[in-house]
Amino acid sequence: MKVTMRVNGTERAGDVEPRVLLVDFLRTNLLLTGTHVGCDTSGCGACTVLLEGEPVKSCTMLAVQVAGRDLTTVEGLAQGGALSAMQVGFHEEHGLQCGFCTPGMMLVGNALLARNPDPTEEQIRWAISGNLCRCTGYMNIVKAIRHAANLNQEAAKAGSHAAAVPVGGGE
Amino acid sequence: MSSTAHMHGGIGESIKRKEDGRFLRGKGNYIDDITLPGMLHMAILRSPHAHARITSIDTAAAGAKPGVIAVVTGELMAQHKLAWMPTLSGDTQAVLATDKVRFQGQEVAAVIAETKYQAEDARDSIVVEYDILPAVISPEGAKAAGAPLIRDEKEGQTDNHIYHWESGDKGTTQAAFAKAAKVIRLHTFYPRCHPAPMETCGCVADVNPGTGKATIYMTSQAPHAIRTVFALVTGLPEQNIRIVSPDLGGGFGNKVPVYPGYVVATAASLLIGRPVKWIEDRTENLISTGFARDYHMTGDLAVDKDGKMLALRVHLDSDNGAFFSDAQPSKFKAGLFHIVTGSYDIPTAHITADGYYTNKAPGGVAYRCSFRVTEASYLIERLVTNAAIELGIDQAEFRMKNFIQPEQMPYHSATGWVYDSGDYPKAMNVALEQLGYDEMRKDVEARRKKGEVTGIGIASFTEVVGAGHGADFDIIGLRMFDSAELRVHPTGKAMLRMGTKSQGQGHETTFAQIVAEELGIPASDVAVEEGDTDTAPYGLGTYASRSTPVAGAATAMVARKLRDKARKLASHLLEAAEEDLEWERGKFYVKGSPDRAKTIQEIAFAAYTNLPEGMEPGLEGVHYYDPPNMTYPFGTYAVMVDIDKGTGQVKVRRMVAVDDCGVRINPMIVEGQIHGGLAEGYAIAFMQLITFDDDGNCIGSNFIDYLLPTAWETPKFETGETVSPSPHHPLGAKGVGESPTVGSPAAYVNAVIDALSPYGITNIDMPVTSDKVWAALRSKGVTE
Repeated sequence: MKVTMRVNGTERAGDVEPRVLLVDFLRTNLLLTGTHVGCDTSGCGACTVLLEGEPVKSCTMLAVQVAGRDLTTVEGLAQGGALSAMQVGFHEEHGLQCGFCTPGMMLVGNALLARNPDPTEEQIRWAISGNLCRCTGYMNIVKAIRHAANLNQEAAKAGSHAAAVPVGGGE
Repeated sequence: MSSTAHMHGGIGESIKRKEDGRFLRGKGNYIDDITLPGMLHMAILRSPHAHARITSIDTAAAGAKPGVIAVVTGELMAQHKLAWMPTLSGDTQAVLATDKVRFQGQEVAAVIAETKYQAEDARDSIVVEYDILPAVISPEGAKAAGAPLIRDEKEGQTDNHIYHWESGDKGTTQAAFAKAAKVIRLHTFYPRCHPAPMETCGCVADVNPGTGKATIYMTSQAPHAIRTVFALVTGLPEQNIRIVSPDLGGGFGNKVPVYPGYVVATAASLLIGRPVKWIEDRTENLISTGFARDYHMTGDLAVDKDGKMLALRVHLDSDNGAFFSDAQPSKFKAGLFHIVTGSYDIPTAHITADGYYTNKAPGGVAYRCSFRVTEASYLIERLVTNAAIELGIDQAEFRMKNFIQPEQMPYHSATGWVYDSGDYPKAMNVALEQLGYDEMRKDVEARRKKGEVTGIGIASFTEVVGAGHGADFDIIGLRMFDSAELRVHPTGKAMLRMGTKSQGQGHETTFAQIVAEELGIPASDVAVEEGDTDTAPYGLGTYASRSTPVAGAATAMVARKLRDKARKLASHLLEAAEEDLEWERGKFYVKGSPDRAKTIQEIAFAAYTNLPEGMEPGLEGVHYYDPPNMTYPFGTYAVMVDIDKGTGQVKVRRMVAVDDCGVRINPMIVEGQIHGGLAEGYAIAFMQLITFDDDGNCIGSNFIDYLLPTAWETPKFETGETVSPSPHHPLGAKGVGESPTVGSPAAYVNAVIDALSPYGITNIDMPVTSDKVWAALRSKGVTE
């Protein structure tokens, strides 16, 4: 059946069986492979996307359930080629190693900052506790989200969007 | 906003990672992101039983399902002599079962279909009939009289025993025990766990029907060695095999072996003439691929009346599963376990090990570990703390009294290792100071007086990483060297390729920094590539913390080779004798005339445009590095725990980790590695367990049952360092990625045992879960 949804601000459509998982629709039909499958059972959070701004695990939703609704995936974070505050935070604080959990972590981080722009370390740890990481021991992920919060606050004070940084590495 | 000015990126600079950009944008290229034209999907049918004879397999219904191209069984594989394959430990392993299934989750058949959903639908229509046999789930069961014979297909195999292995000196050890004032014994089980990287294993096999070339995209930590194994297994000419290991979503040892799925997908692609993708789901990953540990260990430590260690005796029974497929050097049946004397000057030791077949998944991978070093480190560090408690000596003091001293380096251990360097008392002192040990001890005593259950654990581990030397360390006979190829282009930018393969460790940054240091080309101008066997030089891969010790050394050596050529070119350009030139990172200048200089970029251009007569053009080279010895990173970890008497819950209050991995190339990346390892050590100590019921059903087959720590459980880490450069490594560096997983489990558990020691509790096997702690407290009447 035909399904249409708004993904990263653009109307996207596809033809899928009703049983097709949202994550498979994103990865196979829309070729948005930044959303990863880590466990298939909602246990790891690698497939997290934002549905109307709220984190959901796309391995546990059907594509058809999202018809007509609004999704954000990792591919929607950078604006005009420049990285968002959350992406800059992960780069600056070494919040990623293998990168597999990173899209889900960043999206959960954004959802947290949207409702709580100034979270404590404990609040960040609780917010990301539905997402597993095997590489970092979480310390630098917590710092990365806090870094993004600081960038957002500085930008708000300056009355503009957070200044974005091109990331080439080596800086 | 932090500065984005690009630094030179030499050794010791915490530059930001060069590989981050694609991952942050969701543009990494992991195995499941690869799609080829005409690609088919494979699903594997696995055994529901731990031990059963297959009486029939009916694939007719599955073959008639929509989208199905082929159903592959062991019988079909046998027709191509591919029903069995060699393991990394000289045994054989079934690719698809033909006679019996020997563990739950074993590969029985495979469906190849147009889509993943169609392949999985058809898989469920295959009908297999089994005669169920009794299952063996432990070494004890394996050696019991009348135990079922698991490997009945192996000629000459009459029981479930795989190997007996010894190290050290039995006679001198016995004599030392006879003179001991006290012998402390610890029997402990290091349970089975699984590395569980966030990305599971998988491949896309693409055998070109026109050329016969097999390109296999594969989640592999060791693509070159795998290419050779594939050539040996399939009979395909090695130049027609190309293994490409793309971005890996973690590995931790899970992605070293060859799994049956890779072989079946490749055979299917060859027979069908289209690319075939196989991606494990999480349950398949946990129940069938590379488990770790599963060692039952008994250690005896002999001490004299002054608390000096005299001798160590260890026996272990290893549970190897249905096929002996430990990924380890062929000389050593129990990996590098004989490093078990650890950081202590123990004059003599004797180790015996026996391996057994059981009806459990094969594996024995080095899970964030240098081939069974983790088990060894755990045993000695737990034994030392138990000994200190029993002798009534402070844990730190007992260690200090028995440490190998810095002036004894290089130290020849009782089991034949030559430790390259280390200052154990110094690392201990830094850790104790960082924790505020004396104050914290007083705090523990004060809290205990109030009835609280609290304690401090210490572990002073020694690791042995960076295999080879190739004469002693190999994988299926391939010497464990590694390699680096460096090409400097005319514009002064460079391409570095190695035989290793990053799984998140940041090789694209760290190895560019080595070139930046040695050849003066900024790290941002050095592209690093690994994982494609058609383009990278041959190497043994990334595991056992060997990339920096071996490929890092190769990178330094090849950069120095090019620097030597650059000197000749500079001499030509500056019209000065070579011996009159001075090197300063990035340029040669004439002694006494710093203005007369040529940068490495100018020299690189000249290598292609303006050469002295008779010189070979270009500025490229390759180096294969066979290390003279292992490197021996070490450290002291100190943990404080508080235990809830009512529930048995253990809370880590402090975790101080002082690591010495020699010279740190990118301190930020090293620190990140240590955080990750300390978290996995915590996971092993308190949460992760792959266990089995009496019928051999795997308990722990998904992330609901196999518990990985989240940010909520994981403690905060306080890190510190000392620096003892490796004397034989060109940069003084040692491996580090595994030290924290090797050293920390004992530190965590020692803290629990220290807390419980006032009640006479001397051991709780990992994972130290609340119910076990509560039961132990209850057995002593401490809680109701």
